[in-house]
Amino acid sequence: MDLINHLSLGFGVAFTPINLLYCLIGCILGTLIGVLPGIGPVATIAMLLPATYALPPVSALIMLAGIYYGAQYGGSTTAILVNLPGESSSVVTVIDGYQMARKGRAGPALAAAGLGSFFAGCVGTIILAAFAPPLTEVAFKFGPAEYFSLMILGLIGAVVLASGSLLKAVSMIVLGLLMGLVGTDVNSGVARFSFDIPELTDGIGFVAIAMGVFGYGEIIANLAHPEEDREVFTAKVSGLFPTKEDFKRMVPAVLRGTALGSCLGILPGGGALLAAFAAYTIEKKTKLHPGEVPFGQGNIRGVAAPESANNAGAQTSFIPLLTLGIPPNAVMALMVGAMTIHNIQPGPQVMTSNPELFWGLIASMWLGNAMLIVLNLPLIGMWIKLLSVPYKYLFPSIILFCAIGVYSTNNNTFDIWMVGAFGIIGYIFHKLGCEPAPLLLGFILGPMMEENLRRALLLSRGSWAVFVQRPISGGLLAAAVLLLVIVLLPAVKNKREEAFVED
Amino acid sequence: MKIKSHKDFFSGLMFLFVGIAFAWGATNYTIGSGARMGPGYFPLVLGVVMAIMGAVLTMTALVIETETGDPIGKWAWKPLFFVIIANLLFGILLGGLPSLGLPAMGLIVAIYVLVIVGSMAGSEFKLVPSIILATALAIGSYVAFIWGLNLQMQVWPTFITG
Repeated sequence: MDLINHLSLGFGVAFTPINLLYCLIGCILGTLIGVLPGIGPVATIAMLLPATYALPPVSALIMLAGIYYGAQYGGSTTAILVNLPGESSSVVTVIDGYQMARKGRAGPALAAAGLGSFFAGCVGTIILAAFAPPLTEVAFKFGPAEYFSLMILGLIGAVVLASGSLLKAVSMIVLGLLMGLVGTDVNSGVARFSFDIPELTDGIGFVAIAMGVFGYGEIIANLAHPEEDREVFTAKVSGLFPTKEDFKRMVPAVLRGTALGSCLGILPGGGALLAAFAAYTIEKKTKLHPGEVPFGQGNIRGVAAPESANNAGAQTSFIPLLTLGIPPNAVMALMVGAMTIHNIQPGPQVMTSNPELFWGLIASMWLGNAMLIVLNLPLIGMWIKLLSVPYKYLFPSIILFCAIGVYSTNNNTFDIWMVGAFGIIGYIFHKLGCEPAPLLLGFILGPMMEENLRRALLLSRGSWAVFVQRPISGGLLAAAVLLLVIVLLPAVKNKREEAFVED
Repeated sequence: MKIKSHKDFFSGLMFLFVGIAFAWGATNYTIGSGARMGPGYFPLVLGVVMAIMGAVLTMTALVIETETGDPIGKWAWKPLFFVIIANLLFGILLGGLPSLGLPAMGLIVAIYVLVIVGSMAGSEFKLVPSIILATALAIGSYVAFIWGLNLQMQVWPTFITG
């Protein structure tokens, strides 16, 4: 009955007018940036972080969370109608979604994506509410050695997620860890790698990194390719509702996608993107019913499964953040930043010290999903109009919001120079084929890892064996090694490269 | 020796040199021992690890055959230049440069300059649409950030507000 009490507390918080408003704002913004290609939740959340200073912490987190799962809804619209992933997690939706639109079945495709997302979002939220408390109990048993090993597992998990070379992804993580160490060392008070620049003694602002690499870097890379003419199926969306036959195909795909997405979201390094990939691969493996359209030519299951999976993954990726204080992906890394801005130390104690925040956030996700289904199905016409906004008007606006956002974090022009520098660095990463998401994760985890490593080794008097001797810590490290081995197995390695290439 | 993958080769070099730089920088701080870590311990270890990975990456880029040679491709100098310059000018105009005696021009002027200079990064630049866009964004930003969110920043040039 605890769950009921908790949820009623949560809904009490989420149902206040101000929180409903911010939930709605978050969902609208999320759909907006999901629909618009070229801007993702990482850059948006980074841009809006400073704007949440003035808000109460609950409202701020409700809004930022809404942006993340809202983007999963919006991304499918662009994928289906424009043949472009509006969001990285909609990459696989493009394959069958666009083919459905070409055959005049854009309506059912959008409905399948919307309804699947809604169902998955609700299930994901229930899982979050049910599993968070027991996991929190476990987390209290964690010592520094366990935390360190868990972070290793999380970072290795993030590597599996990155496309392309494993070695590059691990290097990006280490680079992120190192950049996270810039600034004053908490134990000795020594300003590390700060080159006597006073602003750097506080460390590199992670808003500057996120906006520079994900905002400016992406814009420069996008502008390098001239705008292609794409066929947009805007006028042809009619008959939103899927047929009975569609439903029969859709329902099992949605269920499979939701189950898979919920599991993969919890895993460190998981989240929406990985979930969508895996769900599509599984659907492709199942046998086609007689008379069913093959995959790649507009099969409704190829839309329903990945869209359910990415939304379920988006919800459950909050579990490691809320229970352990460890971000499983780049968006959650930003949520850590948002919590720290509001003086909330992410970790197992959040549930007991800030129960209204914890349960309010979870309850708001339910409401948010309900708002999103309304925003995305009956109001689809509004978002379609938005797709006709040319990029030439969009990108100067993104530059502006990044610049204003980063300046307002500290009211210091130094941050503007930093975001410019990281824009250049981000573009270099893009040219060299280095995925930036692991870097951001490493950056957030850098100081935490050093601190836990220090404590663990202090307690063990310098013996590294402590990490394998303690059962939980050893188990986590074993899982990390296993993960690496699996990914490096020739059979899996080829499959993984295939999965990333075909899109 | 021929480079088989340009992207991997140069990113390997990048990791190698940045790793060495961090490791070398870390030696300026107390290293300490495992049980009593100094501020230099963790960065030194990470720097060395990264340099090794960079070196391995560079080597594999020389050995393992790729179909296309993974070329890095042309650098998009124009967007790179204009996006970064727009950003720099925005900072200078918004906050001024006290070291050079440049006064702050405030948010509105900075928005116009950022949008117009930033628009030059695109494939085609037309002045009038950029000015219209800048006006819309200036009004929108004023309403959202100054009125709505009450962010503290200078809106008008110093010589007007005094």
